[in-house]
Amino acid sequence: MTTQVRTEPITVNLGPQHPSTHGVFRMRVTFDGEEIIDVEPIFGYLHRGSEKLAEERTYVQVVTLTDRMDYVGSMLNNQAYMLTVEKLAGVEPAPRGVWLRMIASELQRIASHLVAVGFLIQDLGAWGTPLIYTMREREKILDLFEMLCGARITNSYLRPGGVFMDAPDEFWPAMNEVLDELPPRIDDLDDLLTDNDIIFSRTKGVSVLTPEQMLDASITGPMLRAAGVDWDLRHRDPYDFYDQVTFDRPMHTAGDNFARYWVRVQEMRESIKIIRQCEKLIEPGPVRPLHDDVPWLLRPPVGDAYAAIEHSKGELGFYLVSDGSISPYRCHVRAPSLINLTLLREMLIGELLADMFVSFGSVDINMGEVDR
Amino acid sequence: MNSPFLENSLFRNIYCYLASGSDDCAARGYDIAILPAGLEWLAFTITAFIIINIVINAGLGAVIVYIWGERRILGRIQNRTGPNRWGPFGTLTSVADAIKTLFKEDIVPDEADRWLFNIAPILMVFPVLMVLSVIPFGVGTFVVDINVGILFVIAITSMSGISVVLASWASGNRIAIFAGMRSVAMLISYEIPMALSLIGVLMLAGSMSLGAIVDAQDIPFILVQPLGLFVFLLAAQAETSRTPFDLIEAESELAAGYLNDYSSMKFGIFFLAEFLATIVASMLIVTLFLGGWRGWEPIPSQIWFAAKTVLVLLFIMWMRFSWPRLRVDQILALAWKGLFELTLINIFVTAILIAIWPDPSITELLIMSAINWVVFFISIWAVSKLLRPGDYTAPEPQTDSPAYPVATDELPDEVAYTGGATR
Amino acid sequence: MIGLGLLKAMRVTLRNALKAPFTIQYPDRKVGILGAAKNEGKSPVGLVATKPVTAAKAAMSMYSVPVNIPQNRRFRGNEFTWYEDRCTGCASCAKYCPLGIIEIVTSPGGFDVQEGESYAIDVFDIDIGRCMFCGLCVEACPYDALHMGSHFERSKYERNALVIPVDELRQALKQPSSWFRPQFEERDYDPFRDGENDDHYQVGRHEKPSDETLDQRWVEER
Repeated sequence: MTTQVRTEPITVNLGPQHPSTHGVFRMRVTFDGEEIIDVEPIFGYLHRGSEKLAEERTYVQVVTLTDRMDYVGSMLNNQAYMLTVEKLAGVEPAPRGVWLRMIASELQRIASHLVAVGFLIQDLGAWGTPLIYTMREREKILDLFEMLCGARITNSYLRPGGVFMDAPDEFWPAMNEVLDELPPRIDDLDDLLTDNDIIFSRTKGVSVLTPEQMLDASITGPMLRAAGVDWDLRHRDPYDFYDQVTFDRPMHTAGDNFARYWVRVQEMRESIKIIRQCEKLIEPGPVRPLHDDVPWLLRPPVGDAYAAIEHSKGELGFYLVSDGSISPYRCHVRAPSLINLTLLREMLIGELLADMFVSFGSVDINMGEVDR
Repeated sequence: MNSPFLENSLFRNIYCYLASGSDDCAARGYDIAILPAGLEWLAFTITAFIIINIVINAGLGAVIVYIWGERRILGRIQNRTGPNRWGPFGTLTSVADAIKTLFKEDIVPDEADRWLFNIAPILMVFPVLMVLSVIPFGVGTFVVDINVGILFVIAITSMSGISVVLASWASGNRIAIFAGMRSVAMLISYEIPMALSLIGVLMLAGSMSLGAIVDAQDIPFILVQPLGLFVFLLAAQAETSRTPFDLIEAESELAAGYLNDYSSMKFGIFFLAEFLATIVASMLIVTLFLGGWRGWEPIPSQIWFAAKTVLVLLFIMWMRFSWPRLRVDQILALAWKGLFELTLINIFVTAILIAIWPDPSITELLIMSAINWVVFFISIWAVSKLLRPGDYTAPEPQTDSPAYPVATDELPDEVAYTGGATR
Repeated sequence: MIGLGLLKAMRVTLRNALKAPFTIQYPDRKVGILGAAKNEGKSPVGLVATKPVTAAKAAMSMYSVPVNIPQNRRFRGNEFTWYEDRCTGCASCAKYCPLGIIEIVTSPGGFDVQEGESYAIDVFDIDIGRCMFCGLCVEACPYDALHMGSHFERSKYERNALVIPVDELRQALKQPSSWFRPQFEERDYDPFRDGENDDHYQVGRHEKPSDETLDQRWVEER
């Protein structure tokens, strides 16, 4: 007599209250044993209506909303928004302001990648040690931001045409000190993580995405470069003064979790290079246009504009429509976190429960930006 | 009273002050007696209760200190200070935590199986306390020295798997079920290398009694049995579900695994059992591989034992806080493809060496250890070669020329940012 | 799987464990005997001799000293600094606030007729409970009357208590942050180092020129 073991899939609701959903994200996952056979992502728990709120604010006031979208990349959000406003209003930015905002946004990129790497390793189950190391380095960068603009997370540093105020004298030596300390710390991370056999065997070949898949889903950023597609807006479509600096674009060909992690670690080194060059190239001068050129109540001509930057997570773009009044008629955000999440299903199906949150973390999303 | 019990100085010191008529006590120079003659049974019962109380409370106290110590060490490793607010050096922090845990609301979910749900924590902590009874803490300081000590330890510790399964099943929670499934797979797999890794020690000592094993260690067995220690260390980590193997309560995957629905002191008891299990595991490592309470004379043997235990605990913490977690299939592969083979190699080599020197002197033990260390490195290298996933070479960063052709190499001018308005 | 990488990782953690912690303890810091002696103004030996209880507490790391958190002078803090003598009641700050949490009510003041009539401020309420410290109100102020403060400890038990009324604003500690006030940085004013600055003549960009300057400009240069 033969007996047949009958198994049935089990549906589990993971999130929104779960330690490693990077915020309030919910996944309804169907498992066959430990293997994932279906995923249904559900988001919107952090929706604050930033785009709609922007229609009620003046162009400068919207800066405060962009701070709160991707709260580990505020400077980058500010930069993308300000580029759009400048394009919309035809503002000629002040060169020193542009250099300063390039420095600020590259610092922010390092901070954002540190967070991404730290939380990815946290998802792998390390007892917080790499996370605390990365957070410690990020803390120094946030101190620099406090020096620049008085706040650490919600910066609101940028203004149309530049930055609100020149960097204080104590900023430059402090920044040099941080930049001198960073490369050995990144080497430490390499020792602790990149060469670590457990991490390597946990992440290699997991959640592989092909370049075709990602281009179809318009995925950008380190995820795309981890699959060998050379798409970096700083290089392809240089905004600000990125055409005046040289930097390498680290790329991996595997497209798996390890490649995504690796690309981020290498990009931190490139950001340091860029900041060093900016520091050499920056010259004294005004940091924002005169008040007569860019009044506080900016009234751009009727029209629309889209500008995008290479955010630490991908292409962050703002689309603004002006009806000639003091506030945008319509504001739309091309949020890299949300768009990079669209392939989550393809990434997860067939993987194990243990790799689920690692793959999820390797996308490097931020719920503040996904839900806006 | 039969004399084997009186070998135990802990027992003897209490018993002989209570019972008067015993000849054995009189022979050992005890002449004070509190209880009248004929009440030896009462003296025996009281002594047993006192000893059990001492051991259990010492265990609980050790857990309190250990939790504080672990948090301080974790703090240091992570460049933080750790708890330092409450009490000297923050030592009272875990006391405060225990009190807080006691006062939390005790919730039993509606869908839970009440009876199993409540019995699971007790089943978890009970075997760990049982193991404490056979460990020799010092010269004559033990609860009982049974002649099948190792067998007893292995049999008793395998009960903890049952309690995890019970807890996860009884809470009626799907995430907890995952933890239960994992615990069945993992704990059972690791029982085997754990038991087999001790066979080399048994062959060398010629006894299963933990006391006799300590006596047999003229040189610590870590020198003669490096493979055994390596496998036992990893297997004990897995059995107590510490970090490289903590997938039963993998925080980033299963929130708290089987503990998801437990609150208040039931959670506290699980927590206590887990930490106590780590302490017991390191005590076993000390007893079996590091020479137990043996040390140099002026310092009492109990201190030697405690110091060695702390050393092993520090090493376990260091390992735990440095590495991330393995995946469930890798953990099982490690048990069956890696550790199992290593134990077989160890048994094979030790058996041959024992056959050559049936009753080794210290010099012969040192020769054996030299051979064993060579075998240790070779076999670990071979097994890691076997288990290691393929490598890929790190690609060079791109300075020019795309690796994958993108549709438009040059962007049309009207799309490119020019610094002004589009229209 | 079992390789040298794992040992490398352990080496990194060990190296970090031997470093000094980077924690900033707040609101007070636990110190040993040396720190306690410094705080009490005695030598360590003197401390043990004169105050054995304190010395014992310090030896057990139970002695704490208050901490000053290092902050930068542009820190956008709580307790807005407001110079009433500079304020005209124009309500630019109220208009510029993205959240609309500043409420200003003015009445004709009846003085300063020479430069246009000035207004008396009856109500100047800032609802700190909803404030996000973006500092745009400070940026908007044309007369440099409103500054960000440099504090951050304002926990209250009620939401209503979070509203700063005008009387409190008048009496608050005048320790302005240099956020959007380049004139502070030009003369190297650091609120955390220099403390209070209640001289309202010195906080503005557009100072009324002195008589000598006016003489020079209008009499001598002509």
